[in-house]
Amino acid sequence: MIKSKAAASPYLVWMVIFIVAPLLIVAYYAFTDASGNFTLENIMAIGRYSSVFARSLLLAAEATVICLVLAFPVGYFLSRLRASKQHIMLMLVMLPMWMNFLLRTYAWMSLLENNGIINTVLGFFGLGPFRMINTAGAVVLGMVYNYLPYMILPLYTAMTKIDNSIIEAAQDLGASTLGTFTKVLLPLSGPGIATGITMVFVPSVSTFIISRMLGGGSNLLIGDLIELQFLGNSYNFNMGSAMSLVLMVIVLLCMSFTSSFDEQEMEGVM
Amino acid sequence: MKSRHLRLLQRTYVVLIFCFMYLPILVLAVFSFNESKSRTVFTGFTLDWYKSLFTNRMILSALALSLAVALVSAVVATVVGTMATVGISAMGRKSQLFINNISYMPVVNPEIITGVSLMLLFVFLQNWASKFDVLPDAFFGLPTLLIAHITFNLPYVIFNVSPKLRQMDSRIYEAALDLGCTPRQAFFKAVLPELTPAILSAFLICLTYSIDDFIISYFNCGTLQTLPIAIYSMTRKKVSPEINALSTIMFLVILSIILISNALDSRRYKREQGLGKAGEGR
Amino acid sequence: MKKQLRALFCAALVLLLSLGAAPAALAEDQIQVTEDISVSGDYDWKRFEGQGVTLNVYNWGLYISDGSEESVDVISAFENLTGIKVNYTTFDSNESLYAKIKSGGVSYDVIVPSDYMVGKMVEEGMLAPLDYSNIPNAAGIGAEYLGWPFDEENTYSVPYMWGTTGLIYNTTMVQEAPDSWADMWDVQYAGNVLMFNNSRDAYAVAAKKLGMSLNPASVEEVDGVIEELKAQKSVVQAYVMDEIFDKMEGGEAALAPYYAGDAITMIQDNPDLAFVFPKEGVNFFVDSLCIPANCKNKEAAEMFLNYMCEPDVGLANCEFIGYSTPIGKVWERLDDELKYSEIAYPSQEVLDKAEAFTTLSAQVNSALDTAWSDMKSYDEGGSGWMVLVFLILALAISVFNIWHRVRKKLRNEY
Repeated sequence: MIKSKAAASPYLVWMVIFIVAPLLIVAYYAFTDASGNFTLENIMAIGRYSSVFARSLLLAAEATVICLVLAFPVGYFLSRLRASKQHIMLMLVMLPMWMNFLLRTYAWMSLLENNGIINTVLGFFGLGPFRMINTAGAVVLGMVYNYLPYMILPLYTAMTKIDNSIIEAAQDLGASTLGTFTKVLLPLSGPGIATGITMVFVPSVSTFIISRMLGGGSNLLIGDLIELQFLGNSYNFNMGSAMSLVLMVIVLLCMSFTSSFDEQEMEGVM
Repeated sequence: MKSRHLRLLQRTYVVLIFCFMYLPILVLAVFSFNESKSRTVFTGFTLDWYKSLFTNRMILSALALSLAVALVSAVVATVVGTMATVGISAMGRKSQLFINNISYMPVVNPEIITGVSLMLLFVFLQNWASKFDVLPDAFFGLPTLLIAHITFNLPYVIFNVSPKLRQMDSRIYEAALDLGCTPRQAFFKAVLPELTPAILSAFLICLTYSIDDFIISYFNCGTLQTLPIAIYSMTRKKVSPEINALSTIMFLVILSIILISNALDSRRYKREQGLGKAGEGR
Repeated sequence: MKKQLRALFCAALVLLLSLGAAPAALAEDQIQVTEDISVSGDYDWKRFEGQGVTLNVYNWGLYISDGSEESVDVISAFENLTGIKVNYTTFDSNESLYAKIKSGGVSYDVIVPSDYMVGKMVEEGMLAPLDYSNIPNAAGIGAEYLGWPFDEENTYSVPYMWGTTGLIYNTTMVQEAPDSWADMWDVQYAGNVLMFNNSRDAYAVAAKKLGMSLNPASVEEVDGVIEELKAQKSVVQAYVMDEIFDKMEGGEAALAPYYAGDAITMIQDNPDLAFVFPKEGVNFFVDSLCIPANCKNKEAAEMFLNYMCEPDVGLANCEFIGYSTPIGKVWERLDDELKYSEIAYPSQEVLDKAEAFTTLSAQVNSALDTAWSDMKSYDEGGSGWMVLVFLILALAISVFNIWHRVRKKLRNEY
């Protein structure tokens, strides 16, 4: 069609300088020590923090699964509404997403504290104050709360493409509700599930705000560690870059698992 | 009977989920009117926190900076991104795939890695430039913020505009050429109007992501503070209900934007319906 | 160090005995900036007016009287007086201050590091020597607060505030008043103990508990004390810095170590709280105003330093943040409650047992940093094996994926 590749040249230059080069620099720092000599020490040293990586992966996985389970019925319900209603409901789902992320997490602090609102309300019923904040559970709750809309949207998008007639046909052919669910609904919403998992797992595994505000600084996640190396107490660019590199590899591995996403899906969500 | 119960269950469930999503925001809003500083015990009604919010210099200057950075970076990203989409669509399949995969990186990468990698790049450039006296000393600050925001906005523009470009009927462009336009005229008069909805929505998305961005800005802001960074530093100190007031105001602004855009959309929809019916009537 | 502490106490005594009349009326050569602040007229404050100068000031959180809670707004007064705009941002630990400045590219004009951090920055050439002809008010600082080992000639630093650490506790949440750092390891307070969120202050608490110096001399010492911190983890509710205000005032925790000046603020807001100097000894610190080496406008920065040493400004700051002042004139004009407060101006006995931080050698420092990361990530459960499981899982999944895709491709070929 339009034959001017030159139009893309400013972007290509930008891309090389600000997307490719930074990642190369991260790799450079990861494999050198403070004086610039090549070393594998940083990567080896990551073994010491294996518990942090394990914890991050575990909590992120928990949050992703919970989000998936919670969001699936919502996505289905929204996709079956009338078109005009869908629009409004979609906006209502996305509204919390547009509120500032920090404020949303901060709001949970006042809810979960020992003398917080939830404990106060429970106190009216005589139930003892529960220790909710500064636990791993609070961190998972924060992740689920913040990223639930990111799971609802792709599921909804995928399910709107599933025509009602397919489900009716399955039921006509004698499938039970469970059968319809597992053999028709689940496979057809596959792309949506894959996108949703990606959009929840990746931010969850790398967050540091949620663990800092709701985790009390003792449930350290990968994001916290990296932040410590660059702007925090343990000023060590090489170590931090090594951790970032390992994090990227982990994320790439997870993406290869949900590799059925393609550009069309991502565009639909955005 | 059974399906009716199922429907009721479904509705209740969705209502519960919505309650869950809006509960913290409502709590923040309620306590923004609280007389005492307590975040958990409501003592009395007052608008004091809203008043002091409007005299809080730190927040006001952070808000101004956020808006300025968002606007500039959104405009630049939209222009460069649209040009890039056009250029990329003219390339071969393999080049397209390659470039798209690389463009994906800021989207798919965790934000902390994008932020950290950009910071390392700027540090590296700083060290290199200090030998030449070419770049200003205070590199970190507005320049780095803008560059960082443009960088993470560009992929969203590309991935918003390219499907529209692909869907577009290429014959429009060729028809314009046939009717005597130069390629450039054809682009601006025939192609661009078709892409405008996608470009506008890309612009809005860039604005939103830019105003809300915390992690990437946190690593690249230097001495400046954008609104999320200002909020973050407020939550690390003795907390003042001004934060609650701020969040309530932001919530109301976003809500009204949504309602207005919804009203405009439905009016356009009804108009198109009306035109359609008028067309059918003929 | 001890000699200086004793001199400090003597100076305090002398000041106490020689209560002069506080300046009631405006002296002839004073400029009235706001109703609470008047500055010396001898200085050319308006030098930079109208030139569009901006100063980037980087200070601790809640460490200046900034107009919140009906305090005097010292920063706006400076802007009105001099026409220089102030971009005021905060940090919460010396280490994050260091990280921000060391990476280069950021240009702050005024920073406020603590004693050992001043020493470290001087060693690494990160600070600019001060021109005292631009800071005449520094003469108001008592001689016993100058000449610390980290900057013996005060070439690079002007003392801003001094203080000590100590133990804050909620009287309604403890059985008996704690009196020792060891109480913070007590299992009866499990989940109700807060801890410093920076390496040196936390190390100091653990070291004092073990009866050791809070300045480690060797890597082995570091490891030994960090083990103690690891043991404490099960009891700690959270690692905090300034978040402690909300937590203690809200009755969320029973015990917390923090700085004396902040304790005064917290006790004002929540009378249930009390403060004690643990018997093993506390940390004595001096925070100083410094100018980074890459500062753009050194003269304007020095003007700010001079302004901070003004008695009225120092008074406003002291009254708001509660820390202890090194400026004689300021101390004289304090409220009796603050002036004779045991917390802000502790007895000689406490000062004798107090120890200040020294700048650690690079090797010990990096060992401490690494050990701190280790301690924070330490998990008593020991879930290192989980990583192996995850790696195997990930490998299996990607292998399955590739096999699946290969099969699909083969199938499609038919």
